[in-house]
Amino acid sequence: MLMLKCPYCGVVADETELSPGGQAHLTRFGPGASDEDFESYLFMRENPKGVHFERWRHSNGCGKWFHAARCTATLEVFGTYSAQTVEPPEEVRAAITAKRPGWSWGEFS
Amino acid sequence: MSTRLASGGRLVNRDRAVEFTFNGKRMRGFEGDTLASALLAGDQMLVGRSFKYHRPRGIVASGAEEPNGLVNLGEGSMFEPNARVTTTELFDGLTAGSQNHWPSLEFDVGAVNAKLSRFLPAGFYYKMFIHPRPLWKHVYEPVIRQSAGLGKAPKDRDGERYEHFYAHVDLLIIGGGIAGLVAAKAAIGSGLRVLLVEQTAAWGGRAPVDGAVIDGMPADQWIAQTVAELEAAENIELRTRLMGAGVYDHGYVLGYERVGDHQPGEGLPKHRLWRIRAGHVLTATGAIERPLSFAGNDLPGVMLASAVRDYAVNFGVSVGDRTVVVTNNDDAYRTALVMKEAGLDVPAIIDARPEGAGALGAEVEAAGIRVLKGKGIAKVKGGKRVTGVATCAMAGEGTAQDEIACDVVAMSGGWSPVVHLWSHCGGKLVWDAEHAFFRPDPDRAPTGADGAGFVSVTGSANGAMTVADVLTDAAAQGAAVVKAVGGKAAKVAVTADAEDAAPMAPVWMMPQGAKYELRAKMWLDYQNDVKVSDVQLAAQEGFESVEHTKRYTTLGMATDQGKLSNINGLAILSDALNQPIPQTGTTTFRPPYTPISMGAIAGEARDEIFQPLRKTPMHDWHHVNGAHWEPMGHWRRPYCFQRAGESVEEAVHREVKNAREKLGLLDASTLGKLIVKGPDAGKFLDMLYTNMMSTLKVGRCRYGLMCSENGFLMDDGVVARLCEDTFLCHTTSGGADHIHAHMEEWLQTEWWDWNVWVVNATEQFAQVAVVGPKARKVLQKLGGMDVSRDALPFMGWVEGEIAGIPARAFRISFSGELSYEIAVPASYGLAFWEKLMEAGAEFGVMPYGTEALHIMRAEKGFIMIGDETDGTVIPQDLGLNWAISKKKEDFIGKRGQERVHMTDPDRWKLVGLKTVDGSVLPDGAYAVGEGSNANGQRTVIGRVTSTYHSPTLERGIAMGLVKNGPDRMGERLEFPKVDGSSVHAEICDPVFFDREGEKQDV
Amino acid sequence: MSKAVTALNRAAYDGYVRIEDAGLCGMISLRGDLSDAKVKKACKDASGQAMPKARGIVGSLDGGIGWMSPDEALVLVPYAEAPAAAARMEMTLKTAHALVVEVSDARAVFTLRGEKLREVLAKVTPADIAALPVGELHRTRVAQVAGAIWLSDETTAHLICFRSVAEYMFELLSRSAMPGAEVS
Repeated sequence: MLMLKCPYCGVVADETELSPGGQAHLTRFGPGASDEDFESYLFMRENPKGVHFERWRHSNGCGKWFHAARCTATLEVFGTYSAQTVEPPEEVRAAITAKRPGWSWGEFS
Repeated sequence: MSTRLASGGRLVNRDRAVEFTFNGKRMRGFEGDTLASALLAGDQMLVGRSFKYHRPRGIVASGAEEPNGLVNLGEGSMFEPNARVTTTELFDGLTAGSQNHWPSLEFDVGAVNAKLSRFLPAGFYYKMFIHPRPLWKHVYEPVIRQSAGLGKAPKDRDGERYEHFYAHVDLLIIGGGIAGLVAAKAAIGSGLRVLLVEQTAAWGGRAPVDGAVIDGMPADQWIAQTVAELEAAENIELRTRLMGAGVYDHGYVLGYERVGDHQPGEGLPKHRLWRIRAGHVLTATGAIERPLSFAGNDLPGVMLASAVRDYAVNFGVSVGDRTVVVTNNDDAYRTALVMKEAGLDVPAIIDARPEGAGALGAEVEAAGIRVLKGKGIAKVKGGKRVTGVATCAMAGEGTAQDEIACDVVAMSGGWSPVVHLWSHCGGKLVWDAEHAFFRPDPDRAPTGADGAGFVSVTGSANGAMTVADVLTDAAAQGAAVVKAVGGKAAKVAVTADAEDAAPMAPVWMMPQGAKYELRAKMWLDYQNDVKVSDVQLAAQEGFESVEHTKRYTTLGMATDQGKLSNINGLAILSDALNQPIPQTGTTTFRPPYTPISMGAIAGEARDEIFQPLRKTPMHDWHHVNGAHWEPMGHWRRPYCFQRAGESVEEAVHREVKNAREKLGLLDASTLGKLIVKGPDAGKFLDMLYTNMMSTLKVGRCRYGLMCSENGFLMDDGVVARLCEDTFLCHTTSGGADHIHAHMEEWLQTEWWDWNVWVVNATEQFAQVAVVGPKARKVLQKLGGMDVSRDALPFMGWVEGEIAGIPARAFRISFSGELSYEIAVPASYGLAFWEKLMEAGAEFGVMPYGTEALHIMRAEKGFIMIGDETDGTVIPQDLGLNWAISKKKEDFIGKRGQERVHMTDPDRWKLVGLKTVDGSVLPDGAYAVGEGSNANGQRTVIGRVTSTYHSPTLERGIAMGLVKNGPDRMGERLEFPKVDGSSVHAEICDPVFFDREGEKQDV
Repeated sequence: MSKAVTALNRAAYDGYVRIEDAGLCGMISLRGDLSDAKVKKACKDASGQAMPKARGIVGSLDGGIGWMSPDEALVLVPYAEAPAAAARMEMTLKTAHALVVEVSDARAVFTLRGEKLREVLAKVTPADIAALPVGELHRTRVAQVAGAIWLSDETTAHLICFRSVAEYMFELLSRSAMPGAEVS
């Protein structure tokens, strides 16, 4: 049962107040995209043991979507941040590097 | 025999007698007794039969680890199976009955299994009952089920109530023995929120029983003083009867509070489940004594040495007149001393260690107790009760030497720290060779959200085995955990004298080289009837992993989860595998620590609040007027309004006819109503819907389809443009929350630079569909709004007042009739509905339910999300190409619909289906074609998605998805039925009624 | 004109904490930039209150503002005045990008009274109610539905949920407040 801090309202929410939204930082591919790009957008997901970036919604709360960086193996949370970004912010990356030197995930490291 | 001593019993109040019954026998105990102590006081040692061999079983322990004393408690709605006698507090009127015996506890037919035990080794059932297969279901299983099993499932509804309680604390200390109390002292005045919980009704744990002296005071006095001190601290909450049941991620802990168990009928909740979030958890859960494995160690009267002492000191109960103590450590000597002091006979202490004990050895000698060093028990004598023991040398294979008459054998194989809570969330263990037990490895604690360990352990749970060590460890751990959560620890100095104890000697089998006949009588797991020989057999047969051995032999399963048996079992396994114990490891510790009630897990969620029941403003009216309910998500919608003497089907057909011919009312309040506003609202809705919404004119409505990125249809509904930058989107009843979330998701996470706001106004309005040829008339009669064809044409909407109630009227039709959907503020919903019923009386008004709605839409060939769609259907499959914009470059689902599989001409497409004989096609029936597939099943070429009897057409009508369906009009399809027969139907246009739409546009 | 009624029609339960239907309350949902001067003005004109800080709630049920999210405010006004107040807010916000929707009828409002109301609430919500400051609006899960909770003083709390689950909420809170179920 995770606890995540919603970066929008500042509430540390119980997992039962949140809705999971799958992998973060996907790029949308629409009409005109190749089959490969569309497949990667719709179906291909990271499945790491370790550092992971996810989307969550504070659904029983302020209703905002946000991002969380956490470790899938230990459930350590490195940080939560705005949903309105295409990459993890520098401070979150630094926090991960401090705990998991040499990490990488998708195009990020 | 066991009996109440003339004096003593620190936990019982001898001034208050308590009456109870066991197997119908009236018995008496005292306030403060457990059921176990009261049974023993009444010489009821025999409490059950074992799981497999139905051997007589007596009470072994005095706490949560008790494997045998499981009883049925209460009757009827208060019935509870598998209650542990050792943790059940006695109350007036308690009724208990033993389990797993037939026909009676004293005489059990199944005990013949014990005679056959040679032939019932580990894995016997697996091996024996596999062949022939047909016998399994009808012969083997029923017989085995009859003879096996613990307790009975309750038959009646649970008459108790339960609740949850969420607590947030900085520090949770689990265990109210001296370790927990000392650790809590460190938090006094720290300002931290601290919760200290104890599973029993009394503080202090074992220390008073063991005669501890703390800070120069008898333990009882020190405990009372410390508890008072802690209670005075404002930041610390103390609770008894609250067990730490499980430790989970991020500091989540479940606590199980037995609120009303010991005082039933007082109107208290029976149990309260504490859902605790703790910054840090300190477990001070103590240790559990281990049995010793010697032949006949399961006979009633063979008990843990600590339990024998507990009954004497805590409850003033002697479990027997002559107690033989058998041990591999000093601690059990205390039992000998306690019994002697109580004036009872202790013929001998049999100590497996050649050197015997330390200081306690001298004490027992002074008390005149004989100690047999380097000896073991060859065999326990007796049937339903111990009558004596035969001694032997510890070394060797167990040739009997002397016989000692006794009625109690108090055994101690050493102690095992209670590491369950530490382990639940991933804490690792180390093997402590000195004490022969696993204890928590402080370097490998379970970690929390910040990556640091969030569970610590103290006291004997942490491997401290003397009072002095426990106090030192608890003071240190208390200070450490207070600091860990950012507090300033109070100075705590509590002392006790060091003990001069001799080291314990690991003894896993007694005697060391016991022969097979003895090993086959050495019980490891009393509850599951697992013996030393069974574990050895498992190892021999290749079940080398401790987890496999557990499943194969059932060692450590069921209600006690091996609290007594685990370490002994895996030591035997290690020995059989010839590997060190740490290499064998332990089985996984899973929550809960002891079983908790299902009621506590459900909490308040039962009966009418099992789930939230969503009600429209007219719900109660529907109820009074014969609504036959249909669940729809958490809503209940009237399926139909049944009249006296009418079947459900008749009611539905009447409602359809009435709406087609006169006037029907449908409560459509559950439809989702989302308001979408902003300069980019049109652009946003163009992305959301497959059709073009930005071109919709103010004052007009348009039916729209929504797809997922996969291209699959997920929702539909009518969109109304309220003003230039504002739209009202209707969703399906089940889709309101989901589509609102869908909109927010795209706005927040993909197009956050678009200027659009969304508000879910679903429940602001009660919505009524006024349907039928007389719909306009009734609204005109109510007055206040021009609802003429010119003022409010088909697919238009207007705002104003009807009958003095603010209203928005939409000229939309899901029935094919002249129809208005009218939204009024929910608080006026019932009033509006009643006005419609009243004014409609002269026009023959009737309310109708969802089934009539379904039939009317099917007659019109309108699709229903969830019937014609199932998450794999695209709009093109349903002939809805007209609702898919070709002009838009993009919308959600467009790219998905371009995939090869989606454009395959062989996709099943929507058609109407008319049975040749006019009957109703079975729902979900498949159409079969020529040939068969690789599995020899007939080729399927389509399926029924909606099927009804149409009262309008007086025949069965259906819709279905059929391969190349629209190209096969007039073709007949075969639909096999469950009974083996088939029904034939002709492919036709899905619009069965009023193809031109004349009725709705008048 | 017909009489407007709440879902519970002023029901009340006297447990160890009193649970009551607070009756018809005027509520207006505002989506917009809460730091925008026009948004602040519109809310103030309607409620007589200044925009609260994050998670704050100011004023009373008859005139107040609750902070619902960074771009959502709940404006509280007397029920009868809500349509007019919403219309005025819309006028004020005509040139701003904001959405004003009256939601008075979409909700049920409860008042809890008693010394131990935090305890009753803590039975049904995972939020840290014991630490909830007076004047803070906490949106959370209440058993199986969404709710917003705030304390106007130590012995008075309010809870807002959707109208359709009003009966569920009333039964839930009543059971939690049943005599004999006191935790402390």
